[in-house]
Amino acid sequence: MGSKQHDAIVVGAGHNGLVAACYLARAGLKVLVLERNAYVGGAAVSRSLYEGFTYSNCSYVCSLLRTEIIRGLELPRHGLQIIPYEGGCTMMRTGEHLAIYDNHDAMRRELARHSRHDAEAYDRYVRDMLRHCRFIKPLLLREPPDPTSFKPRDIRELLFLGRHFGKLGEARMYDTLRFFTMSCADMLDEYFESEIVKAHLAGSSIIGTALGPRSPGSAYVLLHHYMGSIDGAVGAWGFARGGMGAVTQALAASLTASGGTIRASAPVAQILVRHGRATGVVLDSGEEISAPVVVSNLDVRRTFLETVAPEHLPGEFLEQVRRFKIRGSSGKLNIALDGLPQFPAIPQGSPSTRGDMHITDTLEMVERAYDDWKEGRWSRAPYVDMLIPTQIDPTMTPDGKHYMSVFVQYCPYQLAEGEWTPARRQAFGDTVIDAIARHSPNFKDLILHAEIRTPRDIENEVGLTEGNIFQGELTFDQLLFNRPIPGYAQYRAPLKGMYMCGSSTHPGGGVMGAPGANAANAILRDLGRLQ
Amino acid sequence: MLTESEPHYRQPLRKTPFHERARALSQLDSFIPWSGYTTVDVFTSVEQEYFAIRNAASLYDLTPMVKYRVAGPDALRFLNRLMTRDMRKLTPGKVAYTVWCNDEGHLIDDGTVFCLAPHEYRVCTAEWQLDWFRASAIGFDVELREITEEVAALAVQGPTSCRLLRLAGVAGIERLKPFEHGGFELAADPAAARAAVPIMVSRTGFTGDLGYELWMQPQDAEAVWDALMEVGRTRAVRPIGSRALNIARIEAGFILPKADFVSAEHTLYLGTERSPLELGLAWLVDFHKGHFTGRRALLEEQRRGPRRLLVGLDVEGTKPAHNALLYTERSGRREAGSVTSATWSPTCKRNLALALVDASCSATGSEVWADIYLNRELVWERRMVRARVVERPFFAPTRRRATPPADY
Amino acid sequence: MSPARGSTYDCIVVGGGHNGLVCATYLARGGRSVLLLEAAEQLGGAAVTREFAPGFSVSACAHLLHLMPAALRRELDLARHGLTLAGDDVPSTALDTDGRHLTFGPRDPGGLRARAQADADSYAAWQAQLQRLAGALHPVLSTTPPRLGNASWRDRATLLGLGLGVRRLGRRDMRELLRIGAMCVHDLLEEHFDLPLLKGALALDAVLGSNLGPRSPGTVMSLLYRAAATRGAEVLQQPRGGLGALSAALAGAARAAGVEIRTGAAVARISVREDRAAGVVLATGEEIAAGTVVSNADPKTTFLKLLGSEHLDAGFVRRVAQLRARGVAAKVHLALERLPEFPGLGAAALRGRLLVAPSSDYIERAYNHSKYGEFSTAPMLEVTVPSMADAGLAPPGAHVMSVIVQYAPHTITGGWDAQRERFTAAVIDTLAAYAPGLRASIRASELLTPADIEQQFRISGGHWHHAELALDQFFMVRPVAGAAQYHAPVRGVFLCGAGCHPGGGVMGLAGRNAARQVLREAA
Repeated sequence: MGSKQHDAIVVGAGHNGLVAACYLARAGLKVLVLERNAYVGGAAVSRSLYEGFTYSNCSYVCSLLRTEIIRGLELPRHGLQIIPYEGGCTMMRTGEHLAIYDNHDAMRRELARHSRHDAEAYDRYVRDMLRHCRFIKPLLLREPPDPTSFKPRDIRELLFLGRHFGKLGEARMYDTLRFFTMSCADMLDEYFESEIVKAHLAGSSIIGTALGPRSPGSAYVLLHHYMGSIDGAVGAWGFARGGMGAVTQALAASLTASGGTIRASAPVAQILVRHGRATGVVLDSGEEISAPVVVSNLDVRRTFLETVAPEHLPGEFLEQVRRFKIRGSSGKLNIALDGLPQFPAIPQGSPSTRGDMHITDTLEMVERAYDDWKEGRWSRAPYVDMLIPTQIDPTMTPDGKHYMSVFVQYCPYQLAEGEWTPARRQAFGDTVIDAIARHSPNFKDLILHAEIRTPRDIENEVGLTEGNIFQGELTFDQLLFNRPIPGYAQYRAPLKGMYMCGSSTHPGGGVMGAPGANAANAILRDLGRLQ
Repeated sequence: MLTESEPHYRQPLRKTPFHERARALSQLDSFIPWSGYTTVDVFTSVEQEYFAIRNAASLYDLTPMVKYRVAGPDALRFLNRLMTRDMRKLTPGKVAYTVWCNDEGHLIDDGTVFCLAPHEYRVCTAEWQLDWFRASAIGFDVELREITEEVAALAVQGPTSCRLLRLAGVAGIERLKPFEHGGFELAADPAAARAAVPIMVSRTGFTGDLGYELWMQPQDAEAVWDALMEVGRTRAVRPIGSRALNIARIEAGFILPKADFVSAEHTLYLGTERSPLELGLAWLVDFHKGHFTGRRALLEEQRRGPRRLLVGLDVEGTKPAHNALLYTERSGRREAGSVTSATWSPTCKRNLALALVDASCSATGSEVWADIYLNRELVWERRMVRARVVERPFFAPTRRRATPPADY
Repeated sequence: MSPARGSTYDCIVVGGGHNGLVCATYLARGGRSVLLLEAAEQLGGAAVTREFAPGFSVSACAHLLHLMPAALRRELDLARHGLTLAGDDVPSTALDTDGRHLTFGPRDPGGLRARAQADADSYAAWQAQLQRLAGALHPVLSTTPPRLGNASWRDRATLLGLGLGVRRLGRRDMRELLRIGAMCVHDLLEEHFDLPLLKGALALDAVLGSNLGPRSPGTVMSLLYRAAATRGAEVLQQPRGGLGALSAALAGAARAAGVEIRTGAAVARISVREDRAAGVVLATGEEIAAGTVVSNADPKTTFLKLLGSEHLDAGFVRRVAQLRARGVAAKVHLALERLPEFPGLGAAALRGRLLVAPSSDYIERAYNHSKYGEFSTAPMLEVTVPSMADAGLAPPGAHVMSVIVQYAPHTITGGWDAQRERFTAAVIDTLAAYAPGLRASIRASELLTPADIEQQFRISGGHWHHAELALDQFFMVRPVAGAAQYHAPVRGVFLCGAGCHPGGGVMGLAGRNAARQVLREAA
């Protein structure tokens, strides 16, 4: 194998690594993807949780994957099937709930149960979200310009940004300026009066972040919730049949079909550098593989602090890599259940359990959960986002059994009281299980097995530094031309022939694939392979 | 009154108090959603229903019209700042058709305002407005409440509508003038074991014909329907669906949200909003009444002159110009606008359309070319058809204004 | 323009706060006949000196002068109008519970080097960078924010000028500005320093007066803004006679320029005729005509009360109503029988400001409570003892202590009436940890909560900046879109208060910018 010639090596078979590899392979390059784990997929994988139980161990919902990528890489042909959510809900401790329905009229009446005004304001809210989505969508699959550069391409891209913004017209320009800088709580206050409506919507602003709903800059994160819906794509939010691994399996199949190669259980120890350019990699086993292009799917910290020898990198760059903010804030429980848990608050026959179920009372509760994280504690009353995919895809578990994915915000990487220990991890898990059990009397009895993951565990297994699910926080100082490092936002490392394609790069995390596609684009442009 | 048997997640659309009656008469089972209700699109045939509007009398279930109660010491000041018309002229017993705009002078919606008492009004509109009305109420001592479910509404339209109401015992209805409303009573009918039913009647409508709108408590809805159907049995009265009404409203030159304009509260794209000046509703905009929302923007637009205008078109041939793009010349080189609503007019025997065209081709008599797609047994053909800008309304019988109306 | 005759003026300025006085002066100098109306008997708005206990006087809100640019002070010739300084370039001291206080100034790390060598080096670099960035931002503060999507060459030139100003910083600083501009000060301080005491003190400056904590994104911008006012060369000063003396000097300058000033004249509303300003109506019913009315009142008061929704579009009114203007800074004034003793602190430090903000996390915790309508028993404090330098503020031998306390929510659970005593006690307890003898020497105290400030100084929400100084209420969207160029949608009505760009603090630029805009529009 060592003798085989490769045009490009991708380090890490996460979804972005695979997307980048697919595009490179389709452009005719001989691509080799090296994966440390015995399986591909990074954080978008389906694994065995418990005898007979398959589960999505990290990422759990398919919503952001760009349509351009699904189409371009022919993922449906390679096995990707997405089943849309039927509903969703937020449950309050009072026993009250807000259901989410696909049907607009049903949704309106549900909202009107809480506030007639909010039922109407919701239309304005969705309209504004869609307007903002339409604004940022064209920016996702573009390489961010360097505002300090005078290169024609950068100037052209800056002018594109300016014109794109200018086309909004005066009133919407101000709305856009405000929206991208304000806090989620302040923004929701401008639309809604009902606490549960606000609490429900605020949930999507904090997932994976080191911000609370009252932190300025948290409003725009809400867009992630709507990004899928603007392409007219049915099933923007949905379960991937077979779990999230189905996404990366389809990518892997697409890659293989284009002639790419994947080697699992092949951990990369170092990226080789000679005369200021990347020349290949050396594996833990000592095997050297050379290629003129090396692409790292690892987060920016891991890439430059652990896989490249520091003498090859500018000191100032390394300094900036060290201060790259990548604090983990999310935990996850994967629970094998003996049956379907009951949620008495949800009316019989409602589709609300066949989608994401949240536990929150008020914005204040979410904000207090954030306060705990700031203090180095897991949230005493956490924000919980639950999903039981086996209601729709029973192939994942034995008959009559279920699997529940529980996403928890917030959980710190580093506890103030000391290191994470098995006992502390269990205590964290118990906090979450108790929170769910308050809404589901038979829940605890049904638990066959619960896997508890703190950010520390996510780092250990998936390799995401500090367990940050977005490979770096999504705050202004780390967005667009600042992502990951100002001056290095165009997927190119400070070494010739070396590139970055992970979520650490623009436009960031979520199973979107855009960083991988953009990185491939940058590589192909440098190789003169782009028409 | 109808009680809802299914929860909203099984049955998202509500049923109006007339639903059971309507369903019994609906031969096609053709229902469409309207503001959260399910209503009839066609009962039997569009033509039958249309001719009931124009040449007999028709019943149309208006209940889904969104209705708000506006009351309080500042109700008038609030409405005057909200609406483009001078609401100070609206006295108790009167109804006004008006529009309202956002700050940019773009149309949010149109509707009717009923003055019930000096500090009490009712606003009826096609779409929900509470969000905008609440924003408009900041700084005013006014109470806003949606009362859609509390009021059932039935339009009785057509040349014999007055006669029909009189036969049903609505005494004095013949004295009600256009854009007036009043409290009336549907007389008791011992034969049907029915006590007298209080109703509010306004001489308003969406057909451009003689007609009335009846407003009542939901529990009285079926009794009113039954009484009118009974007395109309020999007078060709028909319940009608939205399709037939749409032909009549185009003939009358009325605009419809989501057809001729999209509310500025709902637009996603840029430049798709419409101003009342563009829609030919300048007559509703009173620049001299004091400030109202959108006034400054509209003044500016008036100064510049609107770039496009909604006009009536008389299209050659008989094929309605649905969604047709318009061109200045037959060659189709320069676009002139597009058709927003189109119909063959069974009464005028003309091929009518409402269209938004560049100001340069908006003068009456101007000629544009409509790009019409014809489907002949699945074979599509494209025709460039000449169309002429004509005055609106296309059909305006004098009977619609006569008081007392002629007795048919 | 003809001078005032009878009761007709070219311009009426509503409110005699410092921005109103500055604005009136520039208008008069621009040849306008100007009448300034102040509701209170005393001029100065929130920049006043008041006696809060017999013989004890104190600056009611802000207690130091540090934001007003030198150029503005020169132009107004405040020294000639009686402004003298009791304290000039006074130091800041971060108080430490163990007595190892850290006294430092912007140009002088003071005792920092002894405490933390690396931090002292970083501090020099930090100050240098802050100064460079502040220099680039300085012109922004004196600029009328451009209108977006506007074809006007003036606005385009403004935007271009701003862009060039940032580019002139050079690639390195420009990148840094674009990176940190919207960051939270907590994270930025983490990048630069180790010593919690230093980080706390620096974070305090970023959040003082704001309803934000050190971890709130945008707080670096607050810090840069503060620095920009003086091009990063901030000097803390104490006017002799308190901030009221500054207002008196400003009033002197105004009168000298020909401004007619009436106090005790509360404006009930701005009258509008034919969609343009016609004058004002006083609470007494008296009508005064003028073609231009400039309001020093906060945006909510100006638009919702003085103008009224009736004259404004509904969307605009909604934006005004949604303007965030909830103050969180309270003021505690203590009348002390003797000079408080802070173990480990020299007399020189007592002439400056004392900061109780032992760490950034401490401030954040104090902020946490205010989010839920509570107050923290461990508040962040900025303390001065103005009587140290200005003996006239207290009886002989006695002293005045002026304390800015954060965070005190405008609306508190249980109501302020029930919480006042507890709040003041918490402040005194916090201080007593550093000055053990303090409690015994207190003769009288006064608490001004944001609710009190709202009521006494007629500022909606009791916010020092009239409107939260956050990213979504900055510059082109300050106070709201449609009024960011100082003029209201109604012709002839202008704003000149802290709710406008560049915001509050005793800076005076909003007033000058507004006056320039009025003169430009009429020209």
